[in-house]
Amino acid sequence: MTTFSNILQQFYIESPERVSVILQYPTQDDESLSYKALLDGANAYAQTYAQKGIGQGEVVVLILQHGKDLLYAFWGAILHGAIPSIMPFLTEKLSPERYRADLASLVSVTKPVAIVTYPEFEDNVRDALQDGDSVRDVIVSDQVGDASRPDFNLLGGARHLAEDVVLLQHSSGTTGLQKGVALSHQAVLNQLEAYGDSIQVDTEKDVIVSWLPLYHDMGLIASFLLPILSGIPLVLISPFDWVRAPYKLMQSVSKYKGTLTWLPNFAYVFCARKIRGRHIEGVDLSSWRVIINCSEPVRWESHQAFYEAFKDYGLKLEALQTSYAMAENTFSVTQSDLCCPPAVDEIDAELFVKERLAQPPTNGATAMTMMSSGKPISNTSVRVLDVDGNDVPERVIGEIALQSNCMLNGYFNRPDITEKAFKDGWYITGDYGYYADGELYVSGRKKEMIIVGGKNIYPQDIETLVYEVPGVHAGRAVAFGIYDERSGTEEVVVVAESELTDEAAQFKLADDVRKHVTINSAVALRYVKIVPAKWIIKTSSGKAARTGNKEKYLEEIAI
Amino acid sequence: MTEIISTLKEFIADEILKQAGRAIAADEALISSGLIDSFSLMDLALFVEDTFDVRIEDTELNADTFDSLEELAELIQSRQ
Repeated sequence: MTTFSNILQQFYIESPERVSVILQYPTQDDESLSYKALLDGANAYAQTYAQKGIGQGEVVVLILQHGKDLLYAFWGAILHGAIPSIMPFLTEKLSPERYRADLASLVSVTKPVAIVTYPEFEDNVRDALQDGDSVRDVIVSDQVGDASRPDFNLLGGARHLAEDVVLLQHSSGTTGLQKGVALSHQAVLNQLEAYGDSIQVDTEKDVIVSWLPLYHDMGLIASFLLPILSGIPLVLISPFDWVRAPYKLMQSVSKYKGTLTWLPNFAYVFCARKIRGRHIEGVDLSSWRVIINCSEPVRWESHQAFYEAFKDYGLKLEALQTSYAMAENTFSVTQSDLCCPPAVDEIDAELFVKERLAQPPTNGATAMTMMSSGKPISNTSVRVLDVDGNDVPERVIGEIALQSNCMLNGYFNRPDITEKAFKDGWYITGDYGYYADGELYVSGRKKEMIIVGGKNIYPQDIETLVYEVPGVHAGRAVAFGIYDERSGTEEVVVVAESELTDEAAQFKLADDVRKHVTINSAVALRYVKIVPAKWIIKTSSGKAARTGNKEKYLEEIAI
Repeated sequence: MTEIISTLKEFIADEILKQAGRAIAADEALISSGLIDSFSLMDLALFVEDTFDVRIEDTELNADTFDSLEELAELIQSRQ
């Protein structure tokens, strides 16, 4: 059985000078790292972890930004046999107090023994720690020694078994940070094999170009582990740089003859709307063979906008593809067939809402355009189930369940929620969908998670923040997501009850809510509605019914 | 200068914050406060380019270059 260490050792011995990663920076020249450079740098971290007495299977949290240190610290943990987990870095808008609280909540469940960060961020990390918690060391990047040749057989990673946990992946917010997806070597490698086949990877010709953050499964698995463990060169752009200069993605694809990229749906719209001709003069996108839309609901309109914007630069229509993926299956569950654009299905909107059926519209009925996420990849079985757990026929909407040889080992240190996630050996996704002609269409969510620009946001975390605002009472606010055509993703909406009747006072309260949520969460909150007491619909158990309140909100704003 | 500020204010309130008529003080922090998120910064930069015929480089889209209406208006004026 193979582990990450075995694969890295093989690259190191057989093709040390092969290009592994090309790092791009906002103002400096690109930096190319061979496998030898990558693993020598990683070994410096592995030696540091060893000196600090970090043991096999102990967790190391990495709080580092785009750059060599993040790469070395991650692969160093793998070489050493520790379990790396990448935590998002503090952003300009986020309150440092909340960041420390989030870190403390990660520490409380994941129990890392060390945290790696920059010297200038060390105080922030130390302030989040408490006496008696699991963290023994804060490792500062400038204390790590020089790059050196790794002795693979002596490193702890060599003693890992294929079924051992190799890494953790978290989503954001208090809830997400307390739910680390633990993946084994075997699960990741099974995923890479099956998924690699479905996208026909060619290690001699492919070049992956990505701006995705590495704490996210699409960034970490498809756009980081897949290239590095398969021997495909990876061109890595900083996510912060891309947001300010989205055209750099096109320039990089053109410069390095990029062939493969993964993007969340909003990025198609973002690129189409914000990239100007003067930024991409002379750019050639004809090498781009597959661009995969994944990690939030896929929209045909977004593909159209992207294609229209870049077809004159050599972009091929059939390059635009889709996948349905989740961290619990390591990454991909389904993938569209690369032969042609993903199937598009026109369905009757009323039957969809009222009868949970996906049927072609009858005379004059309002139609909805659905885009296929493709077929299950070879190692994954996908079922669509009714409430009793029976398979539903084609074109009937049900809950998506899956089984594979690349499932998570469990939510780290959370046997309680791991057990609840499965039913009769099937992982119950919480997503709704239907099959038509053997293709899976993902049509909605049972779980109340909101997906903003590919990031999973738990509404309960947002509501907890809203309750902290003076003037809002606990239990008197509700958060949900609505799809915004213009941005191609969901926007978070907060509805909060208040006794205030004066309009100016209501505006002020709405503003306080916006600001508090924005600086304390991963989202920038815009839509806040202040309503009178008893507006919010409650369930029989007294909780706010998010779906019912969303419908009520949409009805009111439509008037 | 006042005119630039009021044009910017209107765009930010209507298009970015989706709250037409919202008051924004000339010295109110926009970026460091999270009022304008990174995705919307691009919109603002494109609007500035089209409306005032000046260029803002992508490396300048941060709170160090401008964080308030006043500072952005000054930047625009200095380049016109």
